[in-house]
Amino acid sequence: MKKLKAFAAPYLVWMAVFIVVPLLMVAYFAFTDEEGHFTLDYIANVGQYTNIFVRSIWLAIIATVICLVLAYPVSFILSRMKKHHQGTMLMIVMLPMWMNFLLRTYAWMTLLGNNGIINNLLGMIGIGPLKLINTEGAVVLGMVYNYLPFMILPLYSVMVKIDKSLIEAASDLGCNPVSTLFRVVVPLSVPGIMSGVTMVFVPAISTFIISRMLGGGSNLLIGDLIEMQFLGNAYNPHLGAGISLVLMVIILLIMTIMNQFNPDDQVLI
Amino acid sequence: MKNHIFRPLCAVICAALLTGCSGAAGTGSGTAENAETSETEESEAQTLTVSDMDYYTRFKGQNLSINVYNWGEYISTGTDAGTLNVNAEFTKLTGIKVNYTNYATNEELYAKLKGGGTYYDVIIPSDYMISKMIKEDMLEPLNFDNIPNFSYIMPTFVDPAYDPDNAYSVPYTWGTVGLIYNTTMIDIPKEDIDWDILWNEDYADQILMFDNPRDAFAISEIMMGYSINTEDPVELTAAANKLKEQKAVVQAYVMDEIFDKMAANDAWIAPYYAGDALTILEDNEDLDFVVPKSGTNLFVDAMCIPKGSRQKEAAEMYINFMCEPDIAYSNIDYICYSTPHSGAYEMLDEETRNNPVSYPGNDYLDENTTIFVNLSDEANLQMQTLWTEMKSAENETPNRWIVPVFLLICLGLMIFVLIRRHIRNKKDIY
Repeated sequence: MKKLKAFAAPYLVWMAVFIVVPLLMVAYFAFTDEEGHFTLDYIANVGQYTNIFVRSIWLAIIATVICLVLAYPVSFILSRMKKHHQGTMLMIVMLPMWMNFLLRTYAWMTLLGNNGIINNLLGMIGIGPLKLINTEGAVVLGMVYNYLPFMILPLYSVMVKIDKSLIEAASDLGCNPVSTLFRVVVPLSVPGIMSGVTMVFVPAISTFIISRMLGGGSNLLIGDLIEMQFLGNAYNPHLGAGISLVLMVIILLIMTIMNQFNPDDQVLI
Repeated sequence: MKNHIFRPLCAVICAALLTGCSGAAGTGSGTAENAETSETEESEAQTLTVSDMDYYTRFKGQNLSINVYNWGEYISTGTDAGTLNVNAEFTKLTGIKVNYTNYATNEELYAKLKGGGTYYDVIIPSDYMISKMIKEDMLEPLNFDNIPNFSYIMPTFVDPAYDPDNAYSVPYTWGTVGLIYNTTMIDIPKEDIDWDILWNEDYADQILMFDNPRDAFAISEIMMGYSINTEDPVELTAAANKLKEQKAVVQAYVMDEIFDKMAANDAWIAPYYAGDALTILEDNEDLDFVVPKSGTNLFVDAMCIPKGSRQKEAAEMYINFMCEPDIAYSNIDYICYSTPHSGAYEMLDEETRNNPVSYPGNDYLDENTTIFVNLSDEANLQMQTLWTEMKSAENETPNRWIVPVFLLICLGLMIFVLIRRHIRNKKDIY
């Protein structure tokens, strides 16, 4: 065992240098002013961006729920398929991820545009043009589209381990399909739901490029706000660090609460 | 100027599609394209003449290299017929290697320099950023003995407002901000178009606006008769209110996307930089460009040497090289912005020289345009705050207690679950 531990050393060094030190620096910047004196001003100032926080959390929750609703049946069907079909189907799920994230989002801009493909098709059957792009809906769509595979994969890997005989036993003992789902399948797949939700919610809440490209710049999210502090006109890394820190605390709290619902006491974050 | 991320991106998509097509069809477009590029490569085999060979060859054989940090797509790469690959020519002539990298915004450049860790020898920021950097002592004063070609710079651009003694910068390009609009959709005669069209409710949802507080505030300040360099809190607030009014008719706040959206007829009207606008006009003949009569912002991008440069003389040589008439012409031909270089201006064809969009004349520039200078930290901060507020404004005013209360509820919930679990675990023991 001791020998095995040595193999973890490279990651330990990596973690210390590239994760712990930067985190400490974020905290340092958040709690100091330009002269390096301790201050709580920047953290206190985060309060004025409340509506942006609320909007980000809200949109991320909607996107996560939609992802879960879409991904759950897909993963279940996928896990019940013949083994060699599963591989092909999984590849199809992964396929969009082979292409660059920016390009995929950029493609949605042309699809959703006022003169875009969707509006042109709708126009042919006499509907529209609808206002599709530059709305909150478009931002949620972008999140769902980009992060759906992150929900499907953990769900699938948990569900594939659910023994078929358990489901058969449930129906033998008089469970109808609905109660089989809710009393057998769902409880067994909770760890997958947890990690799927984490993997979608966390990037969705901090995204900035999706909201900028599909939200038309008037649906600011926290990610945009943080980016503005570093690359915007008012170069203010202290406020940027303050916002990042508050965001981190919020995510951490939400994740801790979610972990409490995990029956096996598994810690997923 | 500004960021050019998206156009290369677009090119990548096109290229991907092209390869896809030619791969599937096996013939056609792909091959034709190749033939075309090789042809242009042959025809650009052009020789460069410089004023003073000895000056340029003095560092030869010392194996020097300089780091140049410039906007994307902002230097001639020799792909157009009759132009030169500027960086390659410089290395060929002087033996100095050029490490060339790009940035997308002035703020990115600033953050990079402030952050430290890297050094650059030549940078090309815009006017207001130059004055900010001068104020913060981030630029090296230039030794103009090493830049004899500075004499080519037109008098209008010497001693500019952002560098009053002209000690730190050599102008590279300039241009004005105007309105690009779709002539089939907008029936106002060209000479009557002014900035207020961006507030016109008849064109609601067809208007694009700059996603950059400095440029957006400038438009609203010009309309209200303020200086675009105002630092007065009252005037800034008034300008922000004006922008807030505009929000209802704006389709999107964008920068580079203006290019694609206007070309694809996704919007009818947008403010844009003259040089880039000319490029769009070539793509879509329904579009036209006008510089509003009530005045506009004149922007200048100039070459500077940042503090921390390790090869200052070589950097000055590079700046001087960029001011060689042939090189300046190649660059301006590639970028399509206006040139402050008299030699390059002479070499332009007559049509371009008489184009009122690119070269509106000195009288016009003096009377109707203003250059950005750096604002005080307070004014910058206020502008940024007002801008964020404007962009994130919703109908109801947010309660700033929502987040803390939310956090408290989360914390309470967590403690509750922990206690419940603790009790349960205790029960399990027995």
